[in-house]
Amino acid sequence: MSTTTTAPVDIFTEKIERGENIEPRDPMPEEYRRHLIRQISQHAHSEVIGMQPEGNWITRAPSLRSKMILLAKIQDEGGHGLYLYSAAETLGISREEMIEQLQTGKARYSSVFNYPALTWADIGAIGWLVDGAAIVNQVMLQRTSYGPYARAMVRICKEESFHQRQGYEIMAKMAAGTPEQHEMAQDALNRWWAPALMMFGPSDKDSLHSKQAFLWKIKRESNDALRQKFIDKTVQQAEVIGLKIPDPDLRFNEETGHYDTGPLNWDEFHRVINGDGPCNRQRVEHHVRVHEEGRWVREAAQKVLSFEF
Amino acid sequence: MTKTDALFHYCLRLGDDAVILGHRLAELCSRGPFLEEDLALTNIALDYTGRAELFFQYAAELEGKGHSADDLVYRRPERRYYNHLLCERPNVDFGHTIVRQFLFSVYDRYLLEELGAAKDTRLAEIAVKALKETRYHLSHAADWMVRLGRGTEESHRRVQQALNDLWTYTGELFEMDDVDLLLLEHGIAADLHTLRALWQAEVKQTLDRAGLQRPADGYMQTGSRKGIHSEHLGHLLAEMQYLVRTYPQAAW
Ligand SMILES: [Fe+2]
Ligand SMILES: [Fe+2]
Ligand SMILES: [Fe+2]
Repeated sequence: MSTTTTAPVDIFTEKIERGENIEPRDPMPEEYRRHLIRQISQHAHSEVIGMQPEGNWITRAPSLRSKMILLAKIQDEGGHGLYLYSAAETLGISREEMIEQLQTGKARYSSVFNYPALTWADIGAIGWLVDGAAIVNQVMLQRTSYGPYARAMVRICKEESFHQRQGYEIMAKMAAGTPEQHEMAQDALNRWWAPALMMFGPSDKDSLHSKQAFLWKIKRESNDALRQKFIDKTVQQAEVIGLKIPDPDLRFNEETGHYDTGPLNWDEFHRVINGDGPCNRQRVEHHVRVHEEGRWVREAAQKVLSFEF
Repeated sequence: MTKTDALFHYCLRLGDDAVILGHRLAELCSRGPFLEEDLALTNIALDYTGRAELFFQYAAELEGKGHSADDLVYRRPERRYYNHLLCERPNVDFGHTIVRQFLFSVYDRYLLEELGAAKDTRLAEIAVKALKETRYHLSHAADWMVRLGRGTEESHRRVQQALNDLWTYTGELFEMDDVDLLLLEHGIAADLHTLRALWQAEVKQTLDRAGLQRPADGYMQTGSRKGIHSEHLGHLLAEMQYLVRTYPQAAW
């Protein structure tokens, strides 16, 4: 029997090296905890804020079936928000605190939701491209080092792939529909393509932040590698339904076996993420307004707990 | 009027209640007072939209004019909609949403219980399936009635106000016309006069638990059996039918 005790930091490092999950009660460096709180809460907020652009079309869905699919999809996203808030709570932050950070701009959400959903084809494009890009990232996160986050991702990924297929189905139908429908589908692809690619973030080759996330095994693949995976699978899907990827530089590279693409407008990315996208204010204001309108309901619910009746 | 005509109208009415109330609830997506409740309301919206589809599919078959369920929903003008006025009332606030749901769900529960035994297999099957959902809607709404009624001063005031505002739309739930009478003879429709007593007793019981005043039965609004609605319905339909009407040739 050893008489020496292992320092908490070593236990953590050994677990990470052995590829074991870190669980809520395990020792972990403060920066690891903070990194995860930031990342998981941002992910949760993205699910919740993402309900808005799609919610914008529920009352105009053109058939009972499409209305139900969209309602169920948005409901799934809200559910993802709930799992993720719970996962973040295991790190010692409350949902109220996270919501406050969202509403005061201290916490972010995926910048892609700062773009507007303008036509019904956008509902197709969001499912196909935005959920499609999210899946690529989330598949990687199923193997992330923090246990509750990794497990939340396993549940979430199954549903996301439904969303992706349903979105693609809308696009396929519209692309093969009337000339107006085809035009709407192409227009939605034109507007959502670059924002979807930028969801993976700028190249993280030189980012210290990313380097640390790799060492902690929170992140397991680079932004560029994930983006490439998404491009490769999506380009072919567009071809199948007769839509054109809006990138004149797009071509298949025989040597690498991947599609090469033109440059992305990272100035726009930074402008939008820093507040000047088409819908930033609208999204946060909506969240704040609804939260304020619901205050009296939450207060009443807190006063009368269910065991009283 | 033949029995088939009557049954077509009857299914249309049932479908209209479901699709319109479902639409109102769907409007609340991303607008719940907290995330869990947001999802609960969406869930109820989904249930209603799903059952609307079943009622309209049957209605379309009975009508026999080659319409689809979606045609009945998306291409029918406001004067041919027969949902109860209560179902089209706007959301206003969470108090109104819950009171509307509660008053309607109590009605719906007894109605579907009756229809589950209807001498029309198809209708009975839909009713049995819908009843399971409605029992949940009812317990959800009744819980909230009590929570809000006995919660804070503000929640009590708001839920009582909603009750006072909506009460005038409850009389219509129990109106019967030729359609009901003809189907009653065939053992298909529910007898709404019997239902009314059950509804009143159950509503009163929950209001007592919630510490809320039952409004007096003043003048009761009417019209929907004849397709006469409030101004709200036209706006709801304008939004709901917009794509189908803008692109009449398109399939979605
Ligand atoms: Fe997502
Ligand atoms: Fe999601
Ligand atoms: Fe999704």
